[in-house]
Amino acid sequence: MSPATSSTITLTVNGEKHTLAVDHRTTLLDALRERLGLTGSKKGCDQGQCGACTVLVDGRRTVSCLQLAVGAEGREVTTIEGVADGDRLHPVQQAFLDLDGYQCGYCTPGQICSAVAVIEEHAAGWPSVATGDVRPEAGAPELTAEEIRERMSGNLCRCGAYVSIVQAVARAADARTPGTEAEGATA
Amino acid sequence: MTATAEGKSAVGTARVRLEGLDKVTGAAKYAGEVDFDGLAYGHLVLSTVARGRVRAVHADPVLALPGVVGVWHHGNAPRVNTDFSGMLGPVDPLLGLFQNDRVPHAGWPVALVVAETSEQAREAADALAVDYDPEPHDVVFGADRPEAYTPPGQEDRSKGDIEAGLAASAVVVDREYSTPEEYHNSMEPHAATARWEGGRLEVVDSNQGTPMVAGDLAQLFSLDPESVRVRAEHVGGAFGNKGTRPHLVAAVMAATALQRPVRVTLTRRQMFSLVGYRPPTAQRVRLGADPDGRLRALDHEACSQTSTTIEYTELSATPARTLYDADAHRTAHRLLRLDVPSPTFMRAPGEAPGSFALESALDELAEKCGVDPIELRLRNEPEVGPLSGLPFSSRNLRACLEEGARRFGWADRDPRPGVRREGRWLLGTGMAAATFPSGAVPSTASATAEADGSFTVGVNASDVGTGARTAMALVAADALDTDPDNVKIRIADSDLGPAMIAGGSMGTRSWAWAVAEAARELRERLVPGAEVPPEGITARTDTGAAIGALAQKERYSFAAQFAEVAVDPASGEVRVRRMLGAFAAGRIVNPLTARSQLLGGMVWGLSMALHEEAARDRASGAVVGGDLAGYHVAANADVPDMEAFWVDDPDPDDPVGIKGIGEIGIVGAAAAIGNAVWHATGVRHRHLPIRPDRVLAAGREAPGA
Repeated sequence: MSPATSSTITLTVNGEKHTLAVDHRTTLLDALRERLGLTGSKKGCDQGQCGACTVLVDGRRTVSCLQLAVGAEGREVTTIEGVADGDRLHPVQQAFLDLDGYQCGYCTPGQICSAVAVIEEHAAGWPSVATGDVRPEAGAPELTAEEIRERMSGNLCRCGAYVSIVQAVARAADARTPGTEAEGATA
Repeated sequence: MTATAEGKSAVGTARVRLEGLDKVTGAAKYAGEVDFDGLAYGHLVLSTVARGRVRAVHADPVLALPGVVGVWHHGNAPRVNTDFSGMLGPVDPLLGLFQNDRVPHAGWPVALVVAETSEQAREAADALAVDYDPEPHDVVFGADRPEAYTPPGQEDRSKGDIEAGLAASAVVVDREYSTPEEYHNSMEPHAATARWEGGRLEVVDSNQGTPMVAGDLAQLFSLDPESVRVRAEHVGGAFGNKGTRPHLVAAVMAATALQRPVRVTLTRRQMFSLVGYRPPTAQRVRLGADPDGRLRALDHEACSQTSTTIEYTELSATPARTLYDADAHRTAHRLLRLDVPSPTFMRAPGEAPGSFALESALDELAEKCGVDPIELRLRNEPEVGPLSGLPFSSRNLRACLEEGARRFGWADRDPRPGVRREGRWLLGTGMAAATFPSGAVPSTASATAEADGSFTVGVNASDVGTGARTAMALVAADALDTDPDNVKIRIADSDLGPAMIAGGSMGTRSWAWAVAEAARELRERLVPGAEVPPEGITARTDTGAAIGALAQKERYSFAAQFAEVAVDPASGEVRVRRMLGAFAAGRIVNPLTARSQLLGGMVWGLSMALHEEAARDRASGAVVGGDLAGYHVAANADVPDMEAFWVDDPDPDDPVGIKGIGEIGIVGAAAAIGNAVWHATGVRHRHLPIRPDRVLAAGREAPGA
């Protein structure tokens, strides 16, 4: 490839460094799927509308189809393949599995990456459109079913597994902070 | 059913999906993710005119672009045979890629570009100049057009005199309903990776049935069927749009010409002209009844759109043939042929749009008669098939209606519309009845006793998200009197032999029948205490004879759908607050996945009621905004807590008692929501989707809304 249209970059994915020459047009999603063999991140629309390609970049959720691979250099990328702790599933993965929070499975990696970030965003006190009181002194909103639905709405599921997805995210949020009630998991 | 050693049946016990771990860890490989050495990437180029001829394809400049290895079009494509019938009837001419210069609709494939990388292929496809001789096109659908015709083989079915029946009725409802073009939009776009290996064509494709697709491929490319192998290990949703599709033909064409592996994946936008859709419908329902709501006349006529290339009829009037009897009864279908892509089966084809019209009309009749909508349906429960006179294999609609009403809290409902308010919201509840056919198609399966004491079952099922793999393990475990963990299931490989596709709510029933029979036969051949040889002992079965011997009966699933909505009359926004589905749909194999599938169907009903609509542009002949931003499907925040439950309803003539649950979940759901919107506002919505602008416009016209 011509140097005018390609670059050699180093991507840090799931804690591992990969050096590769990429076409400047290559999206982070295509670099993961076609170059690194990490096909867990899915391509549902390739234009940022469905969320199936969601990964974590520096801990924040990103639709990897709208980010160029060259722009991800120097960032920590976490994909679905890196969410579990070795053989121990992440609580979000475990909850999706146990509660059947999916059917065909194609949106699932994006849903799970999103949910991992949602739980962190909520714990950090970030409000959403569903949050009633957004004043800083009001503190973190309760992670109700309505909050989860709102925060997970960037991830489409055509099989319509939303009811179980909401329950799974609530259960995983519970697991993160033992003893707290994720009220509204079924409300 | 045979019970397992613990005395507990595996069928009916909730079980996590066998492939679940792979799906939640990203390890599950879909068709566009299989890595073959030396893979090249293909990208289809689609017509920008809605009708005409391709005058020239300027391939040379594109062939000079970096990485491009080939361009195929009608001027150089190898011959493809389209003169045959496949499992679902005559082959779709769309599969005859680049066989002539005709363009019958916008988005018709006119060329394929193959390159070393996906970026290069896409750039080259975008750069390919194609000249057309356009011709005038016609894409305007409407029931009032005189060219509408009765499709051959779908003649009207009737008994009695409709006009006399209506004239003699104290109460008459005569209304028109419509539903728009709707698109399946499975989350995984169609993908196929093809290569020739050891003299065989090997394809990994995303489809609903590898035996069907392999058979089609052999015919299309004039190959020995034995030399074609198609696999579909994981399929990212289908809903009717993953039969044999042009991406697959393109991949095989290029892989054969180049003698190297080729992958062709459709873009989301390409899915709006290449893989089918639910056609728009225009329906008229006329009901005549006595003052107590008992039907005297029922007339349902449904017109839908088809293409000029292959005929497809959306059989929207069919639910009335099962749900209600009347002395005068007529159901009819009409078609309008336009310069549009061919529509196809989409989840509950016919029943989904048809039940919206019929069950909305029933609600209007209930209002006019002053009879509770559930009571109205109970008063019209037929004893036998309304047109056939045949008995039902089982009909538990009454149980769905009564138990559903109890769980939903229907008894407290004030029947008056537009009287409940909560802040800015008007609240209402609605319901609908539903039905969907149950069937089984001859299939084969094998069961092997392995030397290590385990079993292997092969059945050519396709798991499009239904949990087919897991369901087969449960069925096999019971039939083999073993634990599901002791059974290895092989599916989705054309080498496994013929079987029903994942479609028509008939997959699980057809496959389970074959698996149960193979397992039973194997057990008969196993000698207790005898050693199993290293190659194992295998029994194979074909259910053709058994299914052929089934007695003629009305075989259907039934359901009652309930919904509560909130409508903001100032903004026109409709929010569904809760839904309940009560199902009588045969024996439930895996309660965990069955619940998901039924709820998923209800989500589709919600989506159909409020969101889904593709707008076809008269000028270009194409869909406007054909992607997931322009075509709305329900998102998480649109979907409230929902409940699906089932009543005991085993099919008495099925070896496992299955009826099939893939489609019944969507049937009636949109009508229940529409009826709830009426209850909230006092305004009837007869055209889907119930958009905010429609709610606002109707609210301005309606008194007291």
